[in-house]
Amino acid sequence: MAQGGRPPEVRLPPAQGLGEGGRLSILVAQGLISGLLFGGVYSLMAVGLTLIFGVMRVVNFAHGDMMVWGMYLAWLLATRVGVDPYVGFVVCAAALFVLGLAVQRGLVNRIIDAPHEMQILLMLGVALVLENVALLVFGPEPQRVRSAISTSAVWLGPLFIDVARLVTFAVAIVLSLLLSFFLFRTDLGRSIRAAADNPYGALVIGTDVRRVYAIAFAVGAACVGAAGALVTPIVPFQPTTGLQLSVTSFNIVIIGGMGSLPGAFVGGLLVSVAESLGAVFLAPSMKELVSFSLLIVVLLFRPAGLFGRRAP
Amino acid sequence: MRWAALAGVLILVALPAVLSSYLLSVFIFIFFYAFLGQAWNIVGGYAGQLSAGHAAFVGIGAYVSAILSQQVGLTPWLGMFVGGAVAAVLGAVIGYLGFRFGLRGFYFVLLTVAFAEVCRIAVGNLEVTGGAIGYYISFTGNPWQFQFQDNRAHYYITLTLMLLATGVAWLVERRRLGAYLAAIREDEEAAEALGVNAFRYKLTAMVISSFLTGVGGTFYAFYLLSLQPNSVFGIPLSVDIIIRPIVGGTGTLLGPILGSFILSPLAELSRHYLGQGGWAGAHLIAYGILLILVVLFIPQGAYPYLKSLVSGRSNG
Amino acid sequence: MADVLPLLDVRGLSKRFGGLQAVRDLSFTLREGEIVSLIGPNGAGKTTVFGLLSGFHVPDGGEIRLRGRSLVGLKPHAICALGLARTFQIVRPFPHLSVLANVEVGALAREPRRPQAQAHARAVLEQVGLAVKMEQPAGSLTLAERKRLELARALATCPSLLLLDEVMAGLNAAETERIVELIRAINGTGITILLIEHVMRAVMSLSARVIVINYGETIAEGLPREVANDPRVIEAYLGDPGEAHVGAAPA
Repeated sequence: MAQGGRPPEVRLPPAQGLGEGGRLSILVAQGLISGLLFGGVYSLMAVGLTLIFGVMRVVNFAHGDMMVWGMYLAWLLATRVGVDPYVGFVVCAAALFVLGLAVQRGLVNRIIDAPHEMQILLMLGVALVLENVALLVFGPEPQRVRSAISTSAVWLGPLFIDVARLVTFAVAIVLSLLLSFFLFRTDLGRSIRAAADNPYGALVIGTDVRRVYAIAFAVGAACVGAAGALVTPIVPFQPTTGLQLSVTSFNIVIIGGMGSLPGAFVGGLLVSVAESLGAVFLAPSMKELVSFSLLIVVLLFRPAGLFGRRAP
Repeated sequence: MRWAALAGVLILVALPAVLSSYLLSVFIFIFFYAFLGQAWNIVGGYAGQLSAGHAAFVGIGAYVSAILSQQVGLTPWLGMFVGGAVAAVLGAVIGYLGFRFGLRGFYFVLLTVAFAEVCRIAVGNLEVTGGAIGYYISFTGNPWQFQFQDNRAHYYITLTLMLLATGVAWLVERRRLGAYLAAIREDEEAAEALGVNAFRYKLTAMVISSFLTGVGGTFYAFYLLSLQPNSVFGIPLSVDIIIRPIVGGTGTLLGPILGSFILSPLAELSRHYLGQGGWAGAHLIAYGILLILVVLFIPQGAYPYLKSLVSGRSNG
Repeated sequence: MADVLPLLDVRGLSKRFGGLQAVRDLSFTLREGEIVSLIGPNGAGKTTVFGLLSGFHVPDGGEIRLRGRSLVGLKPHAICALGLARTFQIVRPFPHLSVLANVEVGALAREPRRPQAQAHARAVLEQVGLAVKMEQPAGSLTLAERKRLELARALATCPSLLLLDEVMAGLNAAETERIVELIRAINGTGITILLIEHVMRAVMSLSARVIVINYGETIAEGLPREVANDPRVIEAYLGDPGEAHVGAAPA
């Protein structure tokens, strides 16, 4: 996913008094900040995915393509109805919630107990449909959404902070916190966590497991719908990034630990920062190399991830 | 059954006499993806290891033979084996890492995707491979350089590749490797208790599969004459490779072939009739729906399903 | 007798899972051609012992020697190649493969050529009494048939030592009787057998020796009748022997 998005003008502090090291450290610091702020979106994506996996053990290969629909819904709201994505994301989350319910009830429920490979293939089918319908309806050209705050930047000494990224980060954090509140403080949330921990036990105490599964999947979809909306003012987007986004989400979730919410959250920030630094030290087109290399290392040496409890 | 297969092959061999150049290219498309699907089938179907990164092997085979041809003058007729060998080395590495570290199911899928993506990014950033712009092969039309003016040559080459891969799969089925892979697919631990070195046989399947796929990469390179890292290493190609055997029936000899005969014309029709209106990707929606339907209702695939229908009927 | 190398020599075997010491300093030997039973209450560690012998667990300490050759650290398939075969407590047939194909997998351990392996598999199925179900998918078999299939598969690997894990569990009296006869017949061909079993009647009638374990250690070993009357064994199965007597004064 393009993390570029250059600001209107790139201003570096005057060269005098700064050696190579100074300039590099500014680039690194800039990369860190950009990466960290963008990481909020990654975290939100990953939290949604890990919730689905943690509760239902379902591998949602359509995750990235649901996010694509979140993006385009936000775009529609912005361009047809004039709603700023920083407000419209709520609608996107709600719409994806409904889509998630439909997909879960109609399709996912039937393959809950199937081997992972079957789930992956089913969700791949869903992904193909979602991505190519979006391609059909919206066309392949990259789009952008202008938000009221898109073009402003704040300066912190020699470093600039893109306000849109800052707001996206803030909203993403708030949403993640709201999600934790929901999961840890509400009855429904507790049922979801109980079902994730011990599905049979949850059944025994009378939990409507089917309802819990549907809600968990829908909430996961809502997360990614919101994430999609929040990303639209920051970077250009197109339908064909769906599968890529799914793979990135899986990267993050495995590194952080499948089924672990703090793992997904931290993983999202980590991967985003790693990619950002990768862009600085290697080349912008090589930034995913860092996250994939990290993934391979984690898969081989610590498949449970940073926070995960279960190894495959 | 044998006679039907033989008859089918003979028909296919005779077809070019009556086909237009356009239809020839449709069949080339069908045969080539049937070949790739069959090569994948050896590790994805018979060994039951879902690899979603097989495009990596196509890409490696393609780039290796292309570069050897353009820089060193090695004829692709030999270069294809070098390309296949290099692809097999990567396959061995992925297989070794994945199987030695006990990665199953979803984790193995992601490992294969990760490697394919690393290849894509790496090749897209190296100068020797032309970077993101791509690698181009100058057109000579010289058969020694695996380039042909006449589409019929491509037809017979891809037909041969498809039959070759099917022949390899048939051999695998008949030999101990096939019986062991079936056991591993069913219950790897129980198989181990019966003396099956699961690691060794899964790795063998992976190496055979990646070698064949790499050889196919050479055809890809010299048919298209241009290589783009995002296309030849990309996830869409990996999806294209696996969807035909999955719809047709994994772990069966005719599954990948049937799958390609169903799905490839679909793609071509979509491109031909809808491509102008920017609807070229419409066949992917059909692919997605088919995939969903197959997984939900006939997970064993179209070929075994049809076979059971036919034998069900003949048994009264 | 002491001069003959034992078929299986286990010394000081131990295995810990997290906080649980599953097997503790276990030692026993098996002589060629014996039928020996390994008994003990549930959770005593018997299946863990099988897991250690067949290579599914790596021991924390101790030695396992099959005809003098150390098995410790070898993978299950290598141990099978050396002549030790096992069945699983919960049967694990290859459900989508035919009965014949199931057994053929075992036969291929000794005979890499398919036709010959298939012929051997047919012979084993005859011996075990499942030949009539040869072409059926293994998933369609009854429990008793699956147990026999599991046995046939292991037998097809031409083992010197066969480990049978509760092969009679869940069978009725007639089925149990048939399996007992089968085990005797297999032993008659020279295969040494180590049984984990709860069906005491079968244990008593089949075994030359019985080893009793509890909490991962041997608590008794000897002839079936000796072991059955050993108070330590009774205590392990029933609790305090005093409680077994009606009207006894509380301790």
